Amino acid sequence: MLRDITIGQYFPGNSVIHRLDPRFKIVITIIFIVMLFTGKSMLCLAIGALYTLLAVVLSKIKPKMFWKSIKPILPFLVLTAAINLLLISSGNVVWEWHFIKITDESLNISVFMIARIVLLIIGSSLLTYTTSPITLTDAIERLLSPLKKLKFPVHELAMMMSIALRFIPTLIEETDKIMSAQKARGAEIDTGSFITRARNMVSILVPLFISAFRRADELATAMECRCYNGGEGRTRLRQLRSAPRDYMALAVTILFYAAVIAVSIMTK
Amino acid sequence: MAILETQELTYTYSAGTPFEKTAVDHVSLKIEEGQMVGVMGHTGSGKSTLIQHFNGLLQPTSGKVLLDGKDIWADKNKIRDVRFQVGLVFQYPEYQIFEETVYKDIAFGPKNMGLNEAEIKRRVLETAHDIGLSEALMERSPFELSGGQKRRVAIAGVMAMEPKVLILDEPTAGLDPAGRDKILEHIKAYHQRTKNTILIVSHSMEDIATFADKILVMNKAKLFCYDDTVNVFARADEISEIGLDVPQITKVFGELKRRGLDFGKEVYTVGYARDLLLRSLKEREVQ
Repeated sequence: MLRDITIGQYFPGNSVIHRLDPRFKIVITIIFIVMLFTGKSMLCLAIGALYTLLAVVLSKIKPKMFWKSIKPILPFLVLTAAINLLLISSGNVVWEWHFIKITDESLNISVFMIARIVLLIIGSSLLTYTTSPITLTDAIERLLSPLKKLKFPVHELAMMMSIALRFIPTLIEETDKIMSAQKARGAEIDTGSFITRARNMVSILVPLFISAFRRADELATAMECRCYNGGEGRTRLRQLRSAPRDYMALAVTILFYAAVIAVSIMTK
Repeated sequence: MAILETQELTYTYSAGTPFEKTAVDHVSLKIEEGQMVGVMGHTGSGKSTLIQHFNGLLQPTSGKVLLDGKDIWADKNKIRDVRFQVGLVFQYPEYQIFEETVYKDIAFGPKNMGLNEAEIKRRVLETAHDIGLSEALMERSPFELSGGQKRRVAIAGVMAMEPKVLILDEPTAGLDPAGRDKILEHIKAYHQRTKNTILIVSHSMEDIATFADKILVMNKAKLFCYDDTVNVFARADEISEIGLDVPQITKVFGELKRRGLDFGKEVYTVGYARDLLLRSLKEREVQ
């Protein structure tokens, strides 16, 4: 049950997308998101969809995986569509039942919104699917490094992120174990009424918190034993180097963005 | 009649994905009531997966688990009752402790069974006594106790449900020799009082040799053997071959036999070895 979580999951591979410099990938993803929100017409979104399709095909990741990341937000999508359908009353009525009126405009906007969110999810999952968490935080650290001049603790932030990401699977495993142990003592976790289940959550959360603190403490000691004292003067095992293909990818992305801007100006 | 029985039990993790792995492969065995069984096997041999089937935490991919001759998965809604009859103590059980007092933590299982206060109290105090926790500790916070004491609180938490079968997964892992002996002694005392069936997973052959009536050996997801302790250690060579250790004293006597001093008996505890040696020395004196 807990093992189905795909947030931040990484699928190792050797595609063009996998090999891109993570710094460029982050910047490209940001441009992509801005692109999705700049376009106000279906045509703009079609360009965004084409771009996404291209990236997904190049990444060689099974489309099924993207469905996995969309599935948890399905209720949110349905809600968005419902609100748009019910609250927008301008345009021609295409279907009517008692007080519910659905117009062509509301239909248009709903489809547009859903398509935009789905593209957004696919695009951002592509980033985490093709980049290992460690390189991702490395890249974030590098991208934010100008903020160091403002005394912003960039390295500490990146370290915190890597540690948090590193311990997600560990904590999931731990939760699984504690759940089994309490189930063995007859705790009702998957079954029983809402109140018994909530009460039994205590029997999982308390040991989980205690072990998380214990782990944090042990990790801190282990880091100190290896003379960790922050980012000052620290060298890296993996150096980030940009290659011509990174600039190519960036150029293609900017081209698509330009196309979206051009289309929105022309259709205005 | 066998209290616990498996028929062609098979369990596959992540079936249908690239990570597919069969952890238990067509295991059939019968565990008789009242016995003390040692469970051995390498890390990843499938022993932990196997024992999680005995109380219904895992559902077999195929095959059956029978408790008292009844399929435990016959009625899915009754699986909780199975867990009260087959108590399972996980590895490092002290990490599952969560209540404010030792008493409350031991009482968690019995409470889930829906027993009345008087019965819960009787069970908590009785098991606490069995496992060697004094009554003065009952109102203390379990988090203030020593590692060994915490472990005993956690074990008592499962014992207090008075399961017909008690399964312990490496109850002595990570303890010092004194703590280890203490826990095994208390488990033995509990066994003598209740006459319940007990399964203990252990990596220490010395430990297993001292308490087990029968030994169950898992190797690469399959049942390697399930037999009386004497017969299992008689196959010392095969056991060494699959990478498990036999007790050191058995090794010593194996070597003596190879050098021409055959006692004609399997030796696997130090005490027995001493008696045997003393007797044979006396016989020589007589001659």
